[in-house]
Amino acid sequence: MALLRLQNATIRFGGLLAVKDLCFAIEEGELFGLIGPNGAGKTTVFNMITGVYSPTSGAILFDGKPIHGKAPHVIAASGIARTFQNIRLFTSMSVLENVLVSAHMRSSQGVLASVFRGPAFHREETAHREEAMRLLALFQLDKLADEAASSLPYGSQRRLEIARALATKPRLLLLDEPAAGMNPQEAADLMRLIRRIRDEFKVSILLVEHNMKVVMGVCERIQVVVHGEGIAMGAPAEIRKDAKVIEAYLGRE
Amino acid sequence: MESFLQQLINGISLGSIYALVALGYTMVYGVLRLINFAHGDVYMLGAYFGFYLSRILQGRTPYHLLDAALVMFLSMLGCAICGLLMERFAYRPVRRASRLTMLIIAIGLSLLIENAGQLIFGANPKFFPQLIPESHIKLGGLMLTNQQVIVLLTAVTLMILLNLFIYRSRTGKAMRAVSFNMDAAKLMGIDTDRIIALTFALGSALAAAGGILVSINIPGIDPLMGVMTGLKAFVAAVLGGIGNIFGAVLGGLILGLAEVMVAGYGSSTYRDAIAFLILIVILLFKPAGLLGKGAVEKV
Amino acid sequence: MKRIFFVLSTLSLLGLLQWGVTTLLLDGPIRQGPYYYQILILAGINIVLAVSLNLTNGIAGQFSIGHAGFFAVGAYMAASVSYYAGPAIRGLVGFLPLAGQDAAVLLLALAAAALATALAGLLVGIPSLRLRGDYLAIVTLGFGEIIRVLILNIDAVGGARGFSGIPKLSNFFWVYLLVAAVIATVGNLLRSSYGRAFIAIRENEIAAQAMGIDVTRHKVLAFVISSMFAGMAGCLFGHYTMYLHTNSFTFVKSFEIIIMIAIGGLGSIEGAVLGAVLLTVLPEAFRGFESYRMIIYSLALILIMIYRPQGILGQASVLKRLGARMAARRSAQGNVPVTAPAADGGNGG
Repeated sequence: MALLRLQNATIRFGGLLAVKDLCFAIEEGELFGLIGPNGAGKTTVFNMITGVYSPTSGAILFDGKPIHGKAPHVIAASGIARTFQNIRLFTSMSVLENVLVSAHMRSSQGVLASVFRGPAFHREETAHREEAMRLLALFQLDKLADEAASSLPYGSQRRLEIARALATKPRLLLLDEPAAGMNPQEAADLMRLIRRIRDEFKVSILLVEHNMKVVMGVCERIQVVVHGEGIAMGAPAEIRKDAKVIEAYLGRE
Repeated sequence: MESFLQQLINGISLGSIYALVALGYTMVYGVLRLINFAHGDVYMLGAYFGFYLSRILQGRTPYHLLDAALVMFLSMLGCAICGLLMERFAYRPVRRASRLTMLIIAIGLSLLIENAGQLIFGANPKFFPQLIPESHIKLGGLMLTNQQVIVLLTAVTLMILLNLFIYRSRTGKAMRAVSFNMDAAKLMGIDTDRIIALTFALGSALAAAGGILVSINIPGIDPLMGVMTGLKAFVAAVLGGIGNIFGAVLGGLILGLAEVMVAGYGSSTYRDAIAFLILIVILLFKPAGLLGKGAVEKV
Repeated sequence: MKRIFFVLSTLSLLGLLQWGVTTLLLDGPIRQGPYYYQILILAGINIVLAVSLNLTNGIAGQFSIGHAGFFAVGAYMAASVSYYAGPAIRGLVGFLPLAGQDAAVLLLALAAAALATALAGLLVGIPSLRLRGDYLAIVTLGFGEIIRVLILNIDAVGGARGFSGIPKLSNFFWVYLLVAAVIATVGNLLRSSYGRAFIAIRENEIAAQAMGIDVTRHKVLAFVISSMFAGMAGCLFGHYTMYLHTNSFTFVKSFEIIIMIAIGGLGSIEGAVLGAVLLTVLPEAFRGFESYRMIIYSLALILIMIYRPQGILGQASVLKRLGARMAARRSAQGNVPVTAPAADGGNGG
């Protein structure tokens, strides 16, 4: 059974049909790419999956259960995490605290326990901190754990966003243009990192990316969207040769 | 029936004052997403400008109406300048800061004007001079004063003028663009600083008009008169859908009518609460206000 | 064990201070002692109001401007309990000495105030906090005014005459016990995963919900805790002044509390305490300049917001810095290198 399945997902904003009858499925542990020209509706698809928007019609199934129309935090709790195209860190918090926020929904300590701070509270707090530090170490951010998130250089902020998303312990990770603004060296590092995340955390990854080198190099299957409609789906080699895709990107002739 | 019609007219008259003040709230909110708490105090300043100006000007021209128009115009000008000063020295320096900062400054400005007003004008109410001698107009079984008619006509005229300005003029178009998307407007070459300043000036001038019109009907003015009226006008703006010009007018009228009806047929002690009650009910069922559109944040 | 010791020592310290303050100021040699005592009490009440409002406005980043409304609900609720049910409660605990009976009545009144304001907080919070934007500000403003008008029309609590005949049950000990409670509650929450969730909501609501935080639930939670403490402050206020009038609970009072936290530093507990103390003591110091007082306040507020928007103390609270230093020391003992300097100050626009 597919981990995530979109069935004729459609969303309309007033008169604008942003996504139309989109269907695709992501398997467990798969690296899946979503590409398309600017304004094709890729981020809208992300927002639909994560519950920021509800689809006007159609269905989205996660692990066989419908998630469309649910609140974002419910979807996050069910195991879908994301990063943002325009970085959205908690800027006044430290790097470590940013990652710790993701542990909150798994916390068993209620308000009263957090006020009275018994041994169980401290145990859990320590466990979450250690877990977060391990995650940060993997992203080479552990040395910066106490720095303000806003003081990090751009590339590190992108990595922190991924770390924070992973701290929710997702089964599906959505990355929205993680290579944006990166130089070729950083992009190459990012590709290695994405593969490593998949292998170490056993997650499926849905990647929206403009950098073709990254998408083609890392994804196992790719869905192409143009004007909110899926026009092609397949392995990178097939996509590269697809006439409709070439037309969409380069125009006729 | 006649008393009902009488109440209706009183309500519309009060409502048009609320509408004039609400317009300033809504316009500023439209461009800056700021609840300008000091706006009600500008309305008070308008009444006081009118008070002092009419002492100087009354009887200088051959016609009462001309006197009144002159007083009104100069007070509006004075308040427009106050609005400009507020924008330039209090709000512009923090425009890039958090909205909370701006809101707190708005509260500070409001307190400053109220207390400076008490010091300068004196805390006791003053009697607003009668700019136009009162006469009664009989309309069927209804008794109207010429002042009521003038207040209503002036308010309506000002609203029509504002509407023409915003929807017909180039500057009005720029104002709508800024309120739609400030950054995009800036990229299109609109001088957003100038538009924002103009918005404050216009809103303040309308508030001044409201202040004088209300003083013609109810001549007692005091430095805290803007507090309640300001709050209610703000409620009117939210009721109609904040950021929406027609919404402000509609909200003002609804509020004015509701208040007069509650005072007339219910208990006058609940008069001040009805505005907020209506507000909360509307927000529960139609959060964006009667004519407002819900904003979707871009992710 | 350690915490029990801590609580006991706090209680005995407060008891000792209560004895000291009473002998020194109320029965003692100092001229104007009772006047200073009153300032002390009012400062404590303002601290509770400011620190609790700071949880909503500073930490969770929602803007409530009707704190005085909850203050009023608590004050009137508690006063009604002790005024109408006081004798019955005393009857029930008649076996206790008089001081014990007083405490029983006050505690019940306190509980009633907390319950009533928590409920009011839910009622106001749930509809308005679902929505993004300034709705809370608008609705709390309206709530404050409606409550005031309602109270004016309820004859059982004195209406426009004011509520008199409230027994004097509150004193330094109770007020500063509540101060300790509010600081401990807000401070501990701030340093727990709830605190991080609140701040995450303030910083970026969309990212917070994407990380699994139920944004509405947490906003309402912060708001209800705030309201509850305001209500309890109201209880102690009424039982100190023995008389309540709606004039003490207009939105000017709400604004005053906002000024306290803005001056001290939004989001900082010490800042709220400092702001509350300053705004209680300064007006007394400026007595005689009554008419200039509010002008100076408001000017100061505007200038601080323009030139030092983080307030006098700012958000990098003393507690937090202390915590960071302790953490650094701990990791130094474990031979782990202390935080490395940031690579560069580049920002990610």
